[in-house]
Amino acid sequence: MVASIKHTLVASVEDKPGVLNRVASLFRRRGFNIESIAVGHSEIAGLSRMTIVVDGANTAVEQVEKQLYKLVDVVKVTDITSDSMVARELALVKISSTTATRSEILQIVDIFRANIVDVAPDSVMVEVTGDENKIDSLLDLLKGFGIKELVRTGRVAMVRGTDGGSPIDEESVQKITRRRKK
Amino acid sequence: MRLNGAQILCEGLVKEGVDVIFGFPGGRVIQFFDTFAQYPQLHFVLVRHEQAAAHAADAYARVTGRVGCCVATSGPGATNLVTGIATAHLDSAPMVAITGQVDRPSLGRDAFQEIDITGITLPITKHNYLVMNADEMAETVKEAFHIAGTGRPGPVLIDVPSDVWVEQSEFKYPEKVDLPGYKSVVKVYPEQVKKAAKAISGAKCPIIIAGNGVIISDAYAELKELAEKAQIPVINTLLGIGCFPQKHVLYYGMTGMHGMAYANYALSEADLIIAIGMRFDDRVTSKLSTFAPRADVVHIDIDAAEIGKNVKANVPVVGDIREVLTELNKDIEKQSHADWLNQIDQYRAEHPSHEIRDCANILPQNVVRAIAEVSGGDAIIVTGVGQHQMWAAQHSIINKPKSFVSSGGLGTMGYSLPAAIGAQMGRPGETVWSIDGDGSFQMTLQELATIQQERLPIKIAILNNGYLGMVRQWQEFFWGKRYVATPITGPDFVKIAAAYGVPGEVVSDRNEVKAAIEKATNYDGPYLLDFRIEPEENVFPMVKLGSAICELLEQPKSEVKTW
Repeated sequence: MVASIKHTLVASVEDKPGVLNRVASLFRRRGFNIESIAVGHSEIAGLSRMTIVVDGANTAVEQVEKQLYKLVDVVKVTDITSDSMVARELALVKISSTTATRSEILQIVDIFRANIVDVAPDSVMVEVTGDENKIDSLLDLLKGFGIKELVRTGRVAMVRGTDGGSPIDEESVQKITRRRKK
Repeated sequence: MRLNGAQILCEGLVKEGVDVIFGFPGGRVIQFFDTFAQYPQLHFVLVRHEQAAAHAADAYARVTGRVGCCVATSGPGATNLVTGIATAHLDSAPMVAITGQVDRPSLGRDAFQEIDITGITLPITKHNYLVMNADEMAETVKEAFHIAGTGRPGPVLIDVPSDVWVEQSEFKYPEKVDLPGYKSVVKVYPEQVKKAAKAISGAKCPIIIAGNGVIISDAYAELKELAEKAQIPVINTLLGIGCFPQKHVLYYGMTGMHGMAYANYALSEADLIIAIGMRFDDRVTSKLSTFAPRADVVHIDIDAAEIGKNVKANVPVVGDIREVLTELNKDIEKQSHADWLNQIDQYRAEHPSHEIRDCANILPQNVVRAIAEVSGGDAIIVTGVGQHQMWAAQHSIINKPKSFVSSGGLGTMGYSLPAAIGAQMGRPGETVWSIDGDGSFQMTLQELATIQQERLPIKIAILNNGYLGMVRQWQEFFWGKRYVATPITGPDFVKIAAAYGVPGEVVSDRNEVKAAIEKATNYDGPYLLDFRIEPEENVFPMVKLGSAICELLEQPKSEVKTW
């Protein structure tokens, strides 16, 4: 068995209806096991950026990359795992709280540089950003108070420095721009 | 120029060189069909079931190398295309399928005959489109044909809501496509070609497995040059039949589950496999962990995702086969592998695989051989799926590429008759033989009506054994001879044909096989021959499921007579 290595893939895809469906359908059909997928706009109008996390232990990452490339709407795929990157995830957690526990929760939140974004009589909502380990640790500490609700975005990532992890060539950018004008 | 969506699509089809469309009308394509009258250069072929339209378009594409085209209405019309689209997808046949859809206001409301056909065909098309306004139509058609016909070819579906057919738009056909995520031209890396050449010069026992990619890329001359220069034996996959001259001294037949024993032995002994335009299907490799244990692999394919998918490639070369082989041939020096070739010749002498036993009844292999003899190997052979398909593959003589048409990847029973229609429309002057089984034929025999309607001189040979023979063979070998659901009755095929206006006859005497085939060949029009063959004849050789390819069941020697 291959050792568990979490691969971070960045896919630049055309911002069109059904693209996420195509990607998800491909993963399902080929039995690719995806840990997380996060999608949003990129710096180029008409181009969305997906950050996909795949466990190399149970999925052939190279196949994921190649099969993604075959989708017509996918412009570029890069495996940035071995690059120096910044990887972040955001989580919102609603925790049971009483006047007695609130200050303790606040302390933990402070240590993690997280924020309280909502306070109710019987709960607080915490917003935390960081890598998966940091969020896992915070959740571990907060578990004792009672987690009422949790939402995580999945990883988004970017390569450090000027090289960039997934530069789109000028020709592709022009094509995307032309397509948007039509 | 102001045109409506239907006219724009027709203009696009004409610009893309389409001359035949196979299809079936319905409520959501009336508007499109109504436009055909304005485009006499588009010949419309009315089939009797949409599946046949897709198979015909697929086969038209396979025998011509051009993009085939089919059309169906929304809902059941579209879903009936699905088997045909999947067949084309798995065998990389270029095709554009057009479907009608409910009008835009009804979309998503489960309207009458509404089905999400773009959703359904997502995993079985190279790409698909839902055209949401007439302004997108011209570009969509241009892109669809470009995607279907370039790179690794495949089917593309265009779904058109019925109100888009009649919506007006300014027509201007784009000269080029703007597809940022699709590269039709794959750059060949010279260093990979160099590595391949080096691997080939270092090999003692190299073998070439040639597949459909050689045919799609028209790389016959280049393949021959490579084989001859380096003296490498050539075997092919089922879909590779016809890509290398069958009488060539370096040719060693088809490999795979029902391949020639000596081809499989050679493959198992080889120290280098040069895989060209093939995808290591499980019907070729059998049990992967036992496949070609000694061989390094040079894998040449235009689809990078095929390389390393099933079998690890030591030297991956991505690119168009003809382009790669042209470059590769420059780097290849003359070689000789006399010992290796002698060894395979020895295998062939010991395990001829082609031998046919003696039998009082008609043997299907002899029917296929008689067709080969009478046609001189110049006929287009179109098969269904099952035992007859394997006999056709083993015993046909195919002189020209793009002349053996068979559903390899999906294994679609019922393919032969509708595919023969597409093949005959694509190459009108040539003899087309539909070699079919009695089970396979019954799945799509309604297309006799289309054959008669279009006056297509297709010759039909039914190898009639009263069984779903391939499954029966498995039951015989692996399921204790319990023939569950495999004995199959049929109608009187000659009477059925006659009812459709197609003449035919039953052949049950082995001495009359050749004369019947000659008669059918010389008949000016379609003709059906119902060959009553030995009912429990088996396909040999056969690799048992889960075994290595060199562990074959062969025709028992005691039964073999020399021919």
